[in-house]
Amino acid sequence: MDFQVVVLAGGTSKNLVPLVSKDVPKALLPVANRPVLSYVLELLESNNLKDLIVVVEGAQAALRVGGWISSAYVHRLNVEVAAVPEDVGTAGALRAVSHHLSASDILVVSGDLVSDVPPGAVAATHRRHGAVVTALLCAAPVSGPSETGSSGGKDKAKKPVGHNIIGLDPKRQFLLLVATGAEVEKDIRVQKSIIRAVGKMEIRSDLMDAHLYAFKRSVLQEVLDQQTSFCSLKQDVIPYLVRSQMRSELATNGVSQLEEGLEGKVASQNNQAWISQHLTHSTASFHELFALGPNGSRSAQIRTHKCCAYIASPSKYCARLNSIQAFSDINRDVTGEASRLSGYSFSAQNNFIHPSAELGLKTTVGPHCMLGEGSQLGDKCSVKRSVIGRHCRIGSNVKIENSVVMNHVTIEDGCLVKGSIICSIAHLQQRAVLNYCQVGASFVVTAGSEHKAESLARSEKSSSQ
Amino acid sequence: MAQKKGSRVSEDAEVLPEVPLQAVLLADSFAQKFRPITLERPKVLLPLVNVPMIDYTLAWLESVGVEEVFIFCCAHSKLVVDYLDSSQWARQPSFLVQKIESHDSTSAGDALRRIYDLNVIRGDFILISGDTVSNMCLTQALKEHKERRKKDMLAVMTMVIKQSKPSSLTHQTRLGNDELLMAIDPETKRLLYYEDKADHSKGLISLDKILLAENPAVYLHNDMQDCYIDICSPEVLSLFTDNFDYQHLRRHFVKSLLVDDVMGYKIFTHETHSSYAARIDNFRSYDTVSKDILHRWTYPFVPDVQFSGNCPIIKLDRRGMYRAPDVTQSRSAQVGPFTLVGKGTTIGDNTTITNSVIREGCTIGCNVSIEGSYIWNNVTIQDDCKLSHAIVCDGVVIKTGSVLEPGVILSFKVVVGQQFAVPAYSKVSLLPQPLKQDSDEELEYADSGSGFVESPAITSASDAANGEFNLKSSTNSERWGTSEVGVSGAGYIWSVCEGGLEEEWRQSVAPIPADKLAEFSLNVHAELDLTNQDGSILPASGELMPDSGSVVSDYDVDEVFKGDYAYFEKEVEATFLRAVHEVPGVDQNNVILEVNSLRLSYNLQFSDCASAIFYSVMKLALESPYSTNGELFTNVEKVVADWKDLLKHYLHSVDEEFEVIQKFEEMCLESTKEFSALFAKILHELYDKELVTEDAILQWASEKENADESDRVFVRQCETFIKWLKEAEEEE
Repeated sequence: MDFQVVVLAGGTSKNLVPLVSKDVPKALLPVANRPVLSYVLELLESNNLKDLIVVVEGAQAALRVGGWISSAYVHRLNVEVAAVPEDVGTAGALRAVSHHLSASDILVVSGDLVSDVPPGAVAATHRRHGAVVTALLCAAPVSGPSETGSSGGKDKAKKPVGHNIIGLDPKRQFLLLVATGAEVEKDIRVQKSIIRAVGKMEIRSDLMDAHLYAFKRSVLQEVLDQQTSFCSLKQDVIPYLVRSQMRSELATNGVSQLEEGLEGKVASQNNQAWISQHLTHSTASFHELFALGPNGSRSAQIRTHKCCAYIASPSKYCARLNSIQAFSDINRDVTGEASRLSGYSFSAQNNFIHPSAELGLKTTVGPHCMLGEGSQLGDKCSVKRSVIGRHCRIGSNVKIENSVVMNHVTIEDGCLVKGSIICSIAHLQQRAVLNYCQVGASFVVTAGSEHKAESLARSEKSSSQ
Repeated sequence: MAQKKGSRVSEDAEVLPEVPLQAVLLADSFAQKFRPITLERPKVLLPLVNVPMIDYTLAWLESVGVEEVFIFCCAHSKLVVDYLDSSQWARQPSFLVQKIESHDSTSAGDALRRIYDLNVIRGDFILISGDTVSNMCLTQALKEHKERRKKDMLAVMTMVIKQSKPSSLTHQTRLGNDELLMAIDPETKRLLYYEDKADHSKGLISLDKILLAENPAVYLHNDMQDCYIDICSPEVLSLFTDNFDYQHLRRHFVKSLLVDDVMGYKIFTHETHSSYAARIDNFRSYDTVSKDILHRWTYPFVPDVQFSGNCPIIKLDRRGMYRAPDVTQSRSAQVGPFTLVGKGTTIGDNTTITNSVIREGCTIGCNVSIEGSYIWNNVTIQDDCKLSHAIVCDGVVIKTGSVLEPGVILSFKVVVGQQFAVPAYSKVSLLPQPLKQDSDEELEYADSGSGFVESPAITSASDAANGEFNLKSSTNSERWGTSEVGVSGAGYIWSVCEGGLEEEWRQSVAPIPADKLAEFSLNVHAELDLTNQDGSILPASGELMPDSGSVVSDYDVDEVFKGDYAYFEKEVEATFLRAVHEVPGVDQNNVILEVNSLRLSYNLQFSDCASAIFYSVMKLALESPYSTNGELFTNVEKVVADWKDLLKHYLHSVDEEFEVIQKFEEMCLESTKEFSALFAKILHELYDKELVTEDAILQWASEKENADESDRVFVRQCETFIKWLKEAEEEE
């Protein structure tokens, strides 16, 4: 497949403080004890897409990610890691690596995607329609936005980012309308020319843009070069392409080849044939019919390009790790209902306990749990629906529920941890009680303290609460 | 009648008291699209192919199991009632036809209010207009409506819609209606948005975001046609009564229910797929529906089926030729496919007829060519005439060698003179065009007192061939001698009314001319340009402007405010200068009064008045001649002394004084740089005159403390003065 893949791995996202730090960029956050980036890389590998450019924001983060990739995928993938300045946006990151792109089509995927939707299917859809862009859409996760929605009740300003308004044609092949970001909050504005051409448009708010796009390279480069103010793929580039699809302003696009092909076909058809084609709902898309004009004679000025959508089947898992809530959700899903993604074989009890892990007396590890290499649990512990990383030392009478514990964490006796995320090398002293907290790396929670819905991190980082 | 039984069964199952299905048929369109024909005959009695329109509607209502129909007659009500009485509809045992006459109703809203007052509707009813042709089965739609009603009493109406894609060029459907935009919930089929008067100038339509907040998915349709067949609950009538301003069914009632959320009432849609449903709203739909009937899309309501009592016997020949048994046709005449020729018609030699309807008793001469035209009863067409896409009403005479260009309408008994060419899209009637159009264009003249209703249009076989008939007895052949329609013709050519000739082709019987289409295909390009421009108005980047909506509006408000203030300042200055120059020793109170009224009209604060007055005073100081800064300062001293009281009046508090200092600073930087060297001195002067207090000066100084160096020029100029003020304060 002549596809080049760009993985946008991001940097240290502000949304994920205190989970991320300079040492742990977003791409390396563990999901079921594996860096989140590995899910994308392995998904691509399984689709035989092995030439990758991984773009990381920030030089230090790039070093970390590069180091990890070269150690984990040295003979498996051909990866080039590129560092870009922070806050350039997704379009900016692509612009920075634009000169490396040479294949006719580019697959752009976000490094925080955890999914089993085959990118090859997206690429095939892209090729089949000769589209300038094809976006992967998936059902908005039920748990994610609804819960962030409830928390959004507290601060209205922060709406779930994954909330999109998307217009599709009746066959759900083409993207006709995309509203993202601030536009979602406003009234929906639909171009009449598109609805006239299509006749019927399905407008949906229950789909999420999964940040996996296939672009025609020439178009992508042209847009990035000409529209220098564009900084986000999702909020600038895609809406621009969708908006201008009935009247393409793209000069060097590959569509012209397709159009020429069509022109030849049209020349051989007479008017009557065109009409019968029109009446029988031929396979030609509305773009072509529109460009043909009503007389069947092709008017030279009208040029169109196609923006396609690939809608993931509901049975596939698809989520993006772009918030703390999403981090918890994805960890829970990957050890639970979407355990096929984790790459581990779960036991009959529906959990995974590394052979080197040690469990004390009367300690129970429930289903949908994961216990990493070399971790130790004391007596009478209870672990439910949680992920525990490598080499953690956990004392006796500890209860861990619906939580993620990263590597090298020490939890002393009698602690209660519920719905929390505990980063690496953190230390929970005796009888600490954490409910729905995030504990930053190397943070020490003092003995007997109780915390609820707090973000605990080392002082150099400003706490978000 | 299977459908009827079906509906009965479902009702029985509900154990509800059985309500026979009722229908309200509006025998008036409350529009003037069919003028001038409708001046003489009500629209519902116009023949569609071979029987009056209303027969199609009634026959369909009977077929779907309606047991009682209320026919609301308004325009020419007597003719309608007479027709119904004489027809078989009055004698149906299981199909009760009730006539309601009204002479003062001017809209569908009035009609429904009247029906509400009569208190005859007991349950769900079908609301239909008497010009609708359909063969759909309503059982499913009725069932859906009833089930919805059982679950949700607020579901008051079900609209029948049908797929029909409007032309991409003219943006109108094949029925000649404007394109329709509807938003429908795909799950519940609830109608969420309805826009039939499309604004062509706008490239964007905007849907309320609430639509999507309530529904995960919405279908936006541009490919649907409203069939104007509604299943309504009795609440609809009371809604019309409650809202006496509802006139039009769609424009007012539907829109109001969708937009204003009246009592939470909901409208649903039912899409009919394979069956036929269309309303004849204009001449183009008359043409389209007639052709559909000849093409048998409306089966069983086709000419060779006796679906109503007064269907003449017509046989279907090969190639879609409908023909009455006793037609006299010359051997050399050619009658093309999809043509109907009625009883007693004679067709002369070498005449060609294609795609046309020719009704009873017509006489067509030799070498006549008729294409796509509708020729009603007892029409005489003499030799060598040429007709294309015309409607020719009863009793018309077209004399030798005349030509009807596409889109011509000849109303009853018009006579076209010899060798006369009737221009395209003309409407010709014996009745003069009403001079002054009633401002309410919805109104169809229903005045039964104005004579023409009694014209023997329908009943008598007229002898109009000579143009000799009596219309109000003042009409005679001599008067028509030099008429608008040729020598010895009779009739007025109506001038094109509103919309102009430009729009005439849209709803004409004639097909859309090719040059129009070519023009439109060029326009598509321009239109897209427009759309793209609109598109670019959308925020270029949602990321750059995270809350662009509010940011933009704030900015706008600011702009407006600034603009207002600039005008205000100018006006205050003008007022002030009038006071200074025109009337020496003016009353300061007058100035205050005027400035106050200005303040109110511009909706500004007192502090703005202070700044504006101060600005005017300082400008005055500049007007007197000066050569050095010293002289300028003396000018300022003098002016300030003169207008001290006026300034004082507006300087009530520290806030206003502070405002004045800021204004002064701004002036020194922008409009009146002359003062910049004197800033400290003048400020001191103002302090001495007790116009500004030390509090205001110190507040100003402290505010500027953290400002940029460039902003602090004047603070530094006043440094000694401020220091002195501070010390004085401490001493106290």
